[in-house]
Amino acid sequence: MSTQTAEVVEKTREPLFSKKNRKLITDPLGDSNPITVQVLGICSALAITVQLQQAVIMSLSVLFVLMGGNVVVSLLRNMIPDRIRIIVQLVIVATLVIIVDQILKAFQPDISEKLSVFVGLIITNCILMGRIEAFALGNKPGPTVMDAIGNGLGYAWILLAVALVRELMGSGAISLPGMGQVKLLPTSWFISEGGVYENNNLMILPPMALVIVGMIIWIQRSRNKALIEEN
Amino acid sequence: MALDKNSTSYTLTFSVVMVVVVGAALAFTALALKDRQDANAADKKMMDILSAIGVDATRDNAGELFGQYVKSRIALDIQGQAVAEENGTLDLRNAADPFNIDVMKDYRASIKTVAKEKSGDVAGLKQSLASEDLRFPLYICEKDGARIAVVPVVGSGLWGPIWGYVALASDFQTIYGTQFDHKSETPGLGAEIKESFFTDKFTVGKKINLSSPTLFEVVKGGAPTTEYSVDGITGGTITSKGVGEMMNRTLGIYATYFQSQLSTQASR
Repeated sequence: MSTQTAEVVEKTREPLFSKKNRKLITDPLGDSNPITVQVLGICSALAITVQLQQAVIMSLSVLFVLMGGNVVVSLLRNMIPDRIRIIVQLVIVATLVIIVDQILKAFQPDISEKLSVFVGLIITNCILMGRIEAFALGNKPGPTVMDAIGNGLGYAWILLAVALVRELMGSGAISLPGMGQVKLLPTSWFISEGGVYENNNLMILPPMALVIVGMIIWIQRSRNKALIEEN
Repeated sequence: MALDKNSTSYTLTFSVVMVVVVGAALAFTALALKDRQDANAADKKMMDILSAIGVDATRDNAGELFGQYVKSRIALDIQGQAVAEENGTLDLRNAADPFNIDVMKDYRASIKTVAKEKSGDVAGLKQSLASEDLRFPLYICEKDGARIAVVPVVGSGLWGPIWGYVALASDFQTIYGTQFDHKSETPGLGAEIKESFFTDKFTVGKKINLSSPTLFEVVKGGAPTTEYSVDGITGGTITSKGVGEMMNRTLGIYATYFQSQLSTQASR
């Protein structure tokens, strides 16, 4: 531990909100977004975006695990033996995921039931191991937290956007944790009740999440040509 | 520090310390949240039981409605004899309360018994066949002045466990309502057992046959149904069969009790 503190003092202190560090937050929201550009963590993005409330809880869970995992690994970065570092990272992430799962079971039992295995699968979310291995292992806790927040929010906004579109068009409703699902249209407007409107059931099926993510990718790449791959 | 981070002893020490810290953290979390989780599970169980008798409850009012509708909780042994009865308020810590019987756990244990039977493990088989200790809960409810008996059922679907509650009207034969759920059946196929279009079929004058070894059947789509059978779900054959199997097996244990109740009623 003594070497670690000495090291911090020796280096010239970089302000936490320097331009370089701010980019750690803003980049993953746009040009290096974990889902649309790096195409990581797609599996959960497709599976739990039928309702907004699930997407909110899932985003918060990933954000929490990402921040916790990154900070812990960053703090331990000089102590973790190289040969078993992947296992150590996995154990840390898995611990945090189990804690999140237990907390959800205790405080949000209904949403926890709907998210089912996908909370547990956060462990295998490539965003986590990717950020820990690529960033946290070589950086101080400060920038690491920024990086985690950036990537967590980058993951979150795609999830929320997809969930919003799917729930709005598929169920004609909006749901938030603690509020339940709120139907936006009166039932008399639906064709089954003699109205003119019909929910798009295709939106509820998993493939539509892929299509919506694809559309976000399309919009993003047509605005920033640099993101388009050579072949 | 003159510590060689690549040495085996350092790596081993690090692992041991890490495992101890992580284990302590997880044990603490689990213990700290256990009461809330148990309360949530109990609320869910009450909601399911109430749903089988056609009462919609939320997590907030489940306890209250349960106390209002469920008049007594009875535990039966494997011969169908009532061995315990509770009428008062629910106590989640009281292991003797029939509400706290974990039918899913007992069912899993009995599946293991079958596996042992196949593998020829005679000693282990004898031990787990001590099923005299098994208890089967029964909930006697009262709704609109009529008595309804609710039986929890558990079984296996295609991918994992399925469970539910079967409510019987006061003649112990006519099905009053059902409620099914599953852990991981295929969405759109087996998972449909929890939907109302399937559970409603049980309530249209269907009965269980107390005097036959086959009390109830879920038949393959298109086959003619009697008052003792119901149409299964197309594409969800194994899950449908699982529903039939669990109803048959479980209600078979309760049949003796129901018949003894009916005969005491008749002689009165």
